[in-house]
Amino acid sequence: MSKKYPSFSRRFKNYLMFTLTGICTLLVVSVLFTILAYLLWHGAHALNLNFFTKLPAPVGQAGGGVVNAIIGTLKLLVFASLIGVPIGLIGGIYLSEFAGGWSGFAVRYTTDLLNGVPSVVMGIFVYTLVVLPMHHFSTFAGGVALGIMMIPIALRSTEDFLRAVPRSLREGGLALGASKSETIFTIVIPAAIYGILTGVMLDIARVAGETAPLLFTAFGNQFDSPGWLQPTSSLPVVIYNYAISPYDEWHQQAWAAGFVLLSGLLAISILARVVLARGGKVSHG
Amino acid sequence: MGNIALSTPEVPVPVRGLDRKQGWVERLRKGDEVLHLITFAGGWSIILITVLLVQHLWVYSRLSRHAFGWHFLFTSTWDPVNGLFGAWPFVYGTLVTSILALAIAIPVGLGSAIFLAELAPRSLSNGLTFLIELLAAVPSVIYGLVGIFLLIPVLTTFMPYFQKVFGWLPIFQGTFYGVSYFSASIVLAIMVVPFIVSISREVLIAVPISQREAMMALGATKWEVTWQAVVPYARQGIMGSIFLSLARALGETMAVTMVIGNVAQVSTSLMAPGYTIAAVIANEFTEATGDLYLHALIELGLVLFAVTMIINALARLLMLTMKGHEAAA
Amino acid sequence: MKTLMKPIDLDQLTKAHESRFVDVEPTEEQLPWPQFTVAGLNFYYGSHQALKNINLIVPNKRVTAFIGPSGCGKTTLLRTLNRMNETIPGTRVEGSIRLVDRDLFSIPVTTLRRVVGMVFQKPTPFPKSIFENVAYGLKLEHRFSRTEIAEKVEQSLRRAALWDEVKDKLHQSASGISGGQQQRLCIARALAVDPEVLLMDEPCSALDPISTAKIEDLLFELKNICTIIIVTHNMLQAARVADYVGFFLNGELIELNRAKQIFQNPEKQQTQDYITGRFG
Repeated sequence: MSKKYPSFSRRFKNYLMFTLTGICTLLVVSVLFTILAYLLWHGAHALNLNFFTKLPAPVGQAGGGVVNAIIGTLKLLVFASLIGVPIGLIGGIYLSEFAGGWSGFAVRYTTDLLNGVPSVVMGIFVYTLVVLPMHHFSTFAGGVALGIMMIPIALRSTEDFLRAVPRSLREGGLALGASKSETIFTIVIPAAIYGILTGVMLDIARVAGETAPLLFTAFGNQFDSPGWLQPTSSLPVVIYNYAISPYDEWHQQAWAAGFVLLSGLLAISILARVVLARGGKVSHG
Repeated sequence: MGNIALSTPEVPVPVRGLDRKQGWVERLRKGDEVLHLITFAGGWSIILITVLLVQHLWVYSRLSRHAFGWHFLFTSTWDPVNGLFGAWPFVYGTLVTSILALAIAIPVGLGSAIFLAELAPRSLSNGLTFLIELLAAVPSVIYGLVGIFLLIPVLTTFMPYFQKVFGWLPIFQGTFYGVSYFSASIVLAIMVVPFIVSISREVLIAVPISQREAMMALGATKWEVTWQAVVPYARQGIMGSIFLSLARALGETMAVTMVIGNVAQVSTSLMAPGYTIAAVIANEFTEATGDLYLHALIELGLVLFAVTMIINALARLLMLTMKGHEAAA
Repeated sequence: MKTLMKPIDLDQLTKAHESRFVDVEPTEEQLPWPQFTVAGLNFYYGSHQALKNINLIVPNKRVTAFIGPSGCGKTTLLRTLNRMNETIPGTRVEGSIRLVDRDLFSIPVTTLRRVVGMVFQKPTPFPKSIFENVAYGLKLEHRFSRTEIAEKVEQSLRRAALWDEVKDKLHQSASGISGGQQQRLCIARALAVDPEVLLMDEPCSALDPISTAKIEDLLFELKNICTIIIVTHNMLQAARVADYVGFFLNGELIELNRAKQIFQNPEKQQTQDYITGRFG
């Protein structure tokens, strides 16, 4: 009598294990949808004109908004980009075009190290670096914290996209009498620009949601924060403070703020992918 | 060399364009040294920033380090009023939540990675992976938000039934009020799973076909091929993803502090509230009265920095020594 | 991309050579003068010596072809003439090269490359428009007005026999034209800066026969404007276009002479063996 090969128990185990893996995947994906759905449901409710245009109202009063948090987040991101993007860009050019051996290794290793620093530790660092000497919290300090956090990703993405530009293009430029610097600025960077832009956008999206470093640098503010030297409110910090408060109106606003924040992040991510796709079409015909 | 007849011009024939003198602007443009210097400075400024970071953490924790020495890590008393600072409750909480989070995330993450790499058709796999990677983009504070208002109420509803079955275990004893090590571990597991899935999937896909064919030729089932040939081959990359996830879990702040309860105690039960290093820093930093208090918190930050740095380095080492392929991260 | 070398007889080569133009012994007034004078040139990639004691003179305003089997050093020598080998780390040059009467290595390298242009094996247009590609070298000099640039772009495209085909799409991407057109674009790009010399590294090996013929036709006009050195592994091509031919083997120059001489009556046995296809 011939045995059916492989045995039933082995075939059963095969079926069972793969079903389990499918369940795992389903579990993970459903978490995403649950979060999005919950945010959408609770957040959309509290969205109204006041939310976007008014300052926070005293507890118990309806009609408050988070306009200072929205503006604060925008200011922080602008300032952070001014710090993080140039350094990341220049460092990326260094690693891709100039760095040899141990110097490149040192920079690359340190960049990865900086990337792994927990955001709360970054907050401590900028507190001791900026807030203590200045004796107060400020948008400036918050921007510095987020900016430093932006550097590693901007640098890595710049380096990767510059390296991807084929050597033949650089040689074509050199053979026409361009110096290395000229080929970098007129040929290599323009060829990689879409990728670099994508990297920057995703970088901004990443730091836009950071809360911990802002707690000790920009701190928070119930009111408007003119200029750069005063503490400022921001969306993530507002979400945190409102969520842990005992007031229902503030819980609603936390949901709404969470919805706005996540929508913004998703929008930037999608935009970044669109830019990358378009860039691929332009440079490779 | 051949006998090509050539004339020798008596007057040197000027070569077009060779005699034009370079002005200072042109020499600047052509000077690669300037750009090299600027980019070198840019690259090394990162090293400068990192050195400054370590130096500041060290200097601004000296009061606490000198007062408590190594005992700091193992003492349980956290008493700001009397100036006694012991970090053990936070170290304990960090370890417990991170380990439990990984214990949940590794099987689920690896299982999903296997499904996406071995079973799912490529387009479905790519689509689902894209969605899972979106999870990694969700900010910590939003995880905390969902944790407080969705996860904790759900857990509170089901916990009595759960405790009927498992309540005899010491880790599941005690009344469950929602904020706890357990809730924090679940939130951390969710936050960490996308990394395990994404990286493990890539290394599994990269396993060469020859590995699979060797076992298939022996009549193995697909699962046996996967579990006994493919996964072991990729184990360094998978381990690397686990280390990276551990480093992330250790440093997670907002989601944890919103669901763990923020009580500086050491409890054997997972149902009790607790505290982690990152959470206590976030909560108490701006209210710290007195330099010793502040320095103690900063010392905690130094500890966290050191631990995550070591684990990240281990992770990278693992991924670099992977047989053949480029590390995914 | 090695071409299979079939045995070729000398008659076929000389016929190819003569069919294109009548080879007239130059009179005293027409004698070319030396564009490059290479003396005792040794070239090393790290510890590997790629060129051994090269001595040659490249005549002005003629087409000189470097031929020889793969790895014989002809491309290395070509790239030394515009110092492109300096972009590769670990290379070393010994000996002297003179550009007319000037030491090659004392000229600023970016100025040199404007005077000695190069066209590569694979067409590599920049990811810019056709116009911007040709204008690239001109814009680097920062001394031409917009009208001057437009005129020179047109002149270069005409010289490269590409103007009629692209004049209506000058501002479209250069990747939208065919491979043969792209290579002519690269030629126009190199010509735009008015070089004295044009170095061509197997410019037709990636192209179809029709594009190849178009580019070979170009060379007859171009040699009135600049000296041309072309590296080719296709001997029939060398027979068709070259005035002078240099044969290289294992990093050494075996023979350099007028094309007719090389194909009809080579002095060295190795040259004879190579052109009759005894080895590829």
